[in-house]
Order: sequence, then C-alpha cells, then structure tokens
Amino acid sequence: MIVSAIASVASRKMLRSVIYLLFVLSGIAGIFFLVDYNFLAAIQLTVYAGGIIVLVIFSVLLVHHIEMKLEVSKFINRLLTAIACLIGIIIFVTIIYSYDFKVAENSTTTTTAEIGMGLLSYEAGGFILPFEVISVLLLAVMVGAIVIAKGKMLIPKSDESI
Amino acid sequence: MNIPLNITKTIHDWLFSIMPEGAASIVEMFIIALVYLGIFTVIGLFLVFLERRVSAWFQLRIGPNRVGYQGILQSLADALKLLSKELTGTVKADKFLYNLAPYFVIISALMALAVIPFTKEFHAFDINIGIFFLIAISSIGVIGILLGGWSSNNKFALIGAMRSGVQTISYELSIGLSLLTMILITGSLQLSEIVEVQKNGWLIVQGHIPAIIAFMIFMISGTAETNRAPFDMAEAESELGAGFHTEYSGMKFAYFFLAEFINMFIIAAIAATVFFGAWLSPFGITESLPWLGIFWFLGKTLSLVFLMMWFRWTFPRLRVDQLLTLEWKYLLPINLVNIIIMALIVWLNLTITF
Repeated sequence: MIVSAIASVASRKMLRSVIYLLFVLSGIAGIFFLVDYNFLAAIQLTVYAGGIIVLVIFSVLLVHHIEMKLEVSKFINRLLTAIACLIGIIIFVTIIYSYDFKVAENSTTTTTAEIGMGLLSYEAGGFILPFEVISVLLLAVMVGAIVIAKGKMLIPKSDESI
Repeated sequence: MNIPLNITKTIHDWLFSIMPEGAASIVEMFIIALVYLGIFTVIGLFLVFLERRVSAWFQLRIGPNRVGYQGILQSLADALKLLSKELTGTVKADKFLYNLAPYFVIISALMALAVIPFTKEFHAFDINIGIFFLIAISSIGVIGILLGGWSSNNKFALIGAMRSGVQTISYELSIGLSLLTMILITGSLQLSEIVEVQKNGWLIVQGHIPAIIAFMIFMISGTAETNRAPFDMAEAESELGAGFHTEYSGMKFAYFFLAEFINMFIIAAIAATVFFGAWLSPFGITESLPWLGIFWFLGKTLSLVFLMMWFRWTFPRLRVDQLLTLEWKYLLPINLVNIIIMALIVWLNLTITF
C-alpha cells in the first residue's frame, strides 16, 4: 500500500498514477475488511474505487494522450514538498504513539441494521440531525447538477412556431 | 477476522483433525480458491458453448457438434488453441496497464462469484452486506475495460472503452435500485438470510407487482452492465472492430471473453437468488434432499442465462443516445416510484406469503 502510494506520486504517466491510487484505496478497503467493518469496506470500494477512480480515469482519457509524460518539477519545489511530508509524518507518528489505545476484547461485526438504526435514532448518540443535513445537501447538489446540465436552450421558443 | 468459510462441513472437520489450526485454515483457503477457479473456468467454457449452440438454434443452424458428445468439448479445444497462440501487442501501448487490464476484469468477476450461494453449505463468503458487496465489486470491473481500451493506443478501442464506461456507470444505478426494492421485503443484505425469507414463497411472488417490475428492470440493466447485445455498444462489431479488446490476442483476449460470460452468469445468479429463491425448490418438494439445491440453483440460473441469450439474438442493437435515454428517462424514474410502491406494500402488509 505504501509502495503504491509513493508510486502514485512519483509516476510520470498520469493514468499509471491513477491506478496506483486505486491500489491504495483498495488496500484501505482491505484493512476495513480485516477489522470486520464490512459496511465501511464496501462503501470504500463503491465510492472511491468504483466512483471517484472511474471519474478520474474518464477525465484522464479525455485530456491525456498515451505518449505524454508529466514534467518533473524544480529541485527546490521537490525539496520543500519532501520536508513538508516529513514534518507531517513526524507529527502523525508522535500522536499515534503518545495515545494509549485499548485493545478490543472480542471483535463484533457491525451489521447494516445497527447502522441504519443509529442513523435514524434521535436519542443520545443518534445521528438524525447530520443525516438530515446531508440529505438536504445532497438534494441541493442534485438540483444544481440538473440546472447545470440543462444549460441554455439553443433555439429560442419563439422560433419554433414560425 | 472470522471469515465464515462453510463449504461442506466434513472436509472442514477432516482438515482440522489432521493439521494444526493455522495450517489447516490456510490449506482450506487454498482448496476453496482452487475450487472456485475450477468453477469459474468450467462455467465460462460451458456458457461459451451454450451461447454458440443457442445462437445456432435461433438462426436455424446446427452449431458446433463435432468435438465430444454434441460438441460439448468444443470450447475446451478453443481454450487450448488460445493458450498456444502467440501474444501479440502494440509497440506504443502502455505495457504495464495493457497487461494489467484483463486481471481487473477477471478478479472482480471471481470475487463476485465467492458470495453467491450455490447451496446452503456451498457458500464461501457469507458476509452480512452480501448484495452491497456484489454491487461494489461490479463497479470495479469497468476499470479493467477502461484501462484496456486506453492503453491499447487504438482509436476504436478507446471509443469502445468510453462507451462501455458510460453504459456501466449509468446502468449500475438501476441494478442497485432494483435490488434495493427487494431488500425492502427481506430486511437484510445477507444473501443466506435473503434465501431464508423466501421459504414462505419466492420474492417475486411475495412482492407481486413491484417485484415483477423490479425483476424486469434488473434483467434489462444486467444485460446492459455485461455489455451484451442489444446493449453491446462497447464491442459493436460493425463499427468498432472488437471494441476495447481489439488489440488483445491469445490468452489475454480469452480472459476478457471468459469474464464477460462469467459476469452474465453472476447477473443471472443474483437474479435467481434475489427473485427466485436460489437453491430452494418450488413449494419445498425436495426439502428432505438438501443436495438437490445445486440442481435447482443451476436450473434457475441457466434458464435466466438462456433468457439473456434470447435477448441477444432477438433485439437489434441500440444507439448510444437511445441507450442513455432508456436508462435516465425511463428506467430510473420507474425504479424510484417502484421503491415507494414496494415500501407501501411492505408497510401495509400486502405481501403474499404461503
């Protein structure tokens, strides 16, 4: 996973780096499977591997030719990126190791029924409010997409009657 | 991680009695993988043969009947021929992606095969998100097609891949929604539980009108998702050569070809599981003989496969715009209304149960 993560950044062919990214995302889905979060794993596969990667591939297909290569950026830029990444990793690792994680005694699989009840419960620990907010957001996005896709009418209505 | 690997209890117990636990489970996984690979090839080859015989039957020909009894070994001979063929490729292709593409298609087909309940025991991976997992996996197969089309560096292949991508992405919605309609009755995504529910009548009977509508939508969009005629825009022979696998030859071509037939089998198997009760016999007539389940399952699945072949040799090919109009302007709204009707029926207890 880490190898393909590095490869996805380092590869100079655009579609190849997309495929390495796909490997990374599938690897994350695999980790979710290993810790028995089946639902989350399937979501990861559908949304990221199935949805986002396919969209990215589509846009690469439209704009990119097979013989083109990405240009290599300047040395100073690469150095700065490397330093920034290193700082990020250091912060991340120190946080993980400073927190005292509790080992779960027995693994339980979260079923989809439990997730559904959790989403709809309005008691303490329920997720009804975020759920509603997200559905309103989704509705707004869908309406927006339709409006954009509809566009302007090419021929005005009055011309048709003539 | 506890994978419920429950293929035939006796082999499981026997393995664990002669080996330590860790080794036994690894050996068991290997055996299961081999068994499924075997099933994969046998079903694929058999369906290729069946397709040729059915098409011949529809066109008043005889079809392959020389190799073996009634030509049953014909596709095996073809596979051996393809194995021995030279692998040609284009010089300017992106070699890495070009070689990778067939495996995407074949692995996603193989993974989907693992969750299908052949009988009560013969069911390798019974997770509680069964159907959702199937939908998730089927969305990965299209990446292989897109990659294969792009990395061949060939205009026809690229056009075929783009068409295939458009088609698969739009028809996935219909597949998901029509299955969701049936989930409303079962109340579970786990395939074994969906089968259990159908002991009181198959779901297509339980859900009567909306279930039949959902079944029709599922078969239409399933045919479209597997890129078969009348929706075979991706490999329309008269326009695009062979579509996305124009540049592939030998065994790599065979992978695409096999995966296509396996996908057809998977769509038929999902339909048989969700609508027709998988390994359950009609009215429970063979309930005392559980090993007959495989017979019922294959019978139902193969008759649905025959239905899809019937589509192929009956309907003319659609244009791209007709294809997209059918999905977005007809199937999707019908589907959404259908879900509401089904919810009402389940809520008011209007389902038919025996």
